[in-house]
Amino acid sequence: MGDIKFMKGNEAIAEAAVRAGCRFFAGYPITPQNEIPEYLSWRLPEVGGAYVQGESEIASINMVYGAAAMGARAMTSSSGPGISLKAEGISYLAAAMLPALIVNISRGGPGLGSIQPAQSDYLQATKALGHGGFHAMVFAPNSAQEAADLVYTAWDYAERDRNPVLLLMDGCLGNIMEEVQLPPMREMKDEDLPEWSLTRRNGRDYQGNITPIYTEPILEGINTMAGEMYKAWEEDDVKVEEFMLDDAEYVIVAYGIASRVAKEAVLRLRAEGHKIGLLRPITLFPFPKKQIRDLDYNRVKGIIDIEMTIPAQMREDIELQVKDRCPVYEYGRSGGCLLDDEGVYEAIGEILAGGENNG
Amino acid sequence: MAEYMRSHMIADAQSGYCPGCLHALATRLVSDVIEELGQADNSLNVISVGCSALNILYWNGDFLSVAHGRAPAAATGVKRTNPERLVFAYQGDGDLAAIGLAEIMSAANRGENFTVIFANNQTYGMTGGQMAPTTLLGQKTTTTVYGRDAETTGYPMKMCELISTLEAPVFVARYALNSPKGIRDARAGIKKAFEYQLAGKGFTFVELLTNCPTNWKLSPLQTLEYMNTNTIPYFKPGVYKDKEAENV
Repeated sequence: MGDIKFMKGNEAIAEAAVRAGCRFFAGYPITPQNEIPEYLSWRLPEVGGAYVQGESEIASINMVYGAAAMGARAMTSSSGPGISLKAEGISYLAAAMLPALIVNISRGGPGLGSIQPAQSDYLQATKALGHGGFHAMVFAPNSAQEAADLVYTAWDYAERDRNPVLLLMDGCLGNIMEEVQLPPMREMKDEDLPEWSLTRRNGRDYQGNITPIYTEPILEGINTMAGEMYKAWEEDDVKVEEFMLDDAEYVIVAYGIASRVAKEAVLRLRAEGHKIGLLRPITLFPFPKKQIRDLDYNRVKGIIDIEMTIPAQMREDIELQVKDRCPVYEYGRSGGCLLDDEGVYEAIGEILAGGENNG
Repeated sequence: MAEYMRSHMIADAQSGYCPGCLHALATRLVSDVIEELGQADNSLNVISVGCSALNILYWNGDFLSVAHGRAPAAATGVKRTNPERLVFAYQGDGDLAAIGLAEIMSAANRGENFTVIFANNQTYGMTGGQMAPTTLLGQKTTTTVYGRDAETTGYPMKMCELISTLEAPVFVARYALNSPKGIRDARAGIKKAFEYQLAGKGFTFVELLTNCPTNWKLSPLQTLEYMNTNTIPYFKPGVYKDKEAENV
């Protein structure tokens, strides 16, 4: 059955990137994502790609900017503090309309925070990856397999949109080992290079230029186009998993590692007769607005936002769609303290019993 | 005898550089050498931030405009994925020696096979004449109104001297563009740097001492004299490193 391997989530991301045609990586060491640069440092040269250990996250994202401008499938990875440093460069990628993959294997924050896993970068990922009011598509896998699958398609979206893509996954999923069915190797040919790229290998014979600075009317036009693109994402590109929602009176909303713990709680509570289900955003941006907005609020008595960060960061996005039609509750752990089955089960039990009122 | 023609690498437009600014001359020298080497279509100009960014308006060849200070990092991504191209970054002193110090030193230390042209005019021209890392002691700027004081701001950074201490760079040189001889030497130095790059020899660095009549508050002619009496004695022109010459 194909190419099945037992890998860490971080390694699955790295190998899937290579198989997606990624041929340039630059990054700076930071826990808990180190397996990605370590893997690519030997793997990329095997396939004729280039790996550079940057002198900083800032330099690394700008190396990616340079490689992306040449039409190469390029990526970087980091964790929260390093993503903050890359913010300038990610904004420039968006401005220059360059595709690239940025991976955030997230940890506790703010500041140096904790090297232990946390989902503390939701707001940064979805609202302000950098200055200037742009968005990137944000993928949030909840397994090594899904991480590999999403990475494999990431550049297709990035190149379609000429915009960076962010993969946001916590350090827990980055470091646990799971079975992964790897996708086939994609060979990128010179003729596949985008026509806008600065390489001459695509036969271009006119001046090529790429810039993150524009005259005012052109910039306004670019801002407007970006706004239309984000709206189109909402129509076309939302990915969501719905689990036992058909008759659910309580709906958990959780992504990434929190969704796996939440799913265990759903199964246990269902066995006890509770009508509860899980709605899992796989894309955090575009956010599954419609899926939450269109729940049957004659039936749904409450939404429970479970995140591995305190306070919950996704809650406002949920509330905007619920529009006060039912209470929204939250439960989380934070600072690198992990969600566990018992804690989530008990917290939900308390909410179902009416003993918790965060609404 | 060589003909003096307009470079095809530079747009047929009126320059927005201030009257008497040597940036235009520096750009001209680079474009001349690229054409002479038959690299017009193969060259890629990584344009930095500052007055140097005005080249977005004038540069006819391929270019990539990048973030402040990050040109050597972006050029690394460019060159590693397209090693056959003639790649150069064109940076000013604030861009290269302040905000981009980590990027220039690290790219030089990795021995990246591209060229950095460093225009040093001792001030932040684009933002209105603030103190630069290369501002001379005693030199007045909008942020050192009584003149640069070593007590609080340290000393002007000597980038050729710093970079030439690294093992990897193959060519490191400084030229002053305030005299015909300096201009001729600079042209020859730029050519050597590009030839080394095309031969795959490694990192090359050419510093060009330039001026800023507007922010130095001197006439163009006075700036050339100021360079003779103040700039050149501190930033001494010369070849600081030439690995190929050492190997002869």
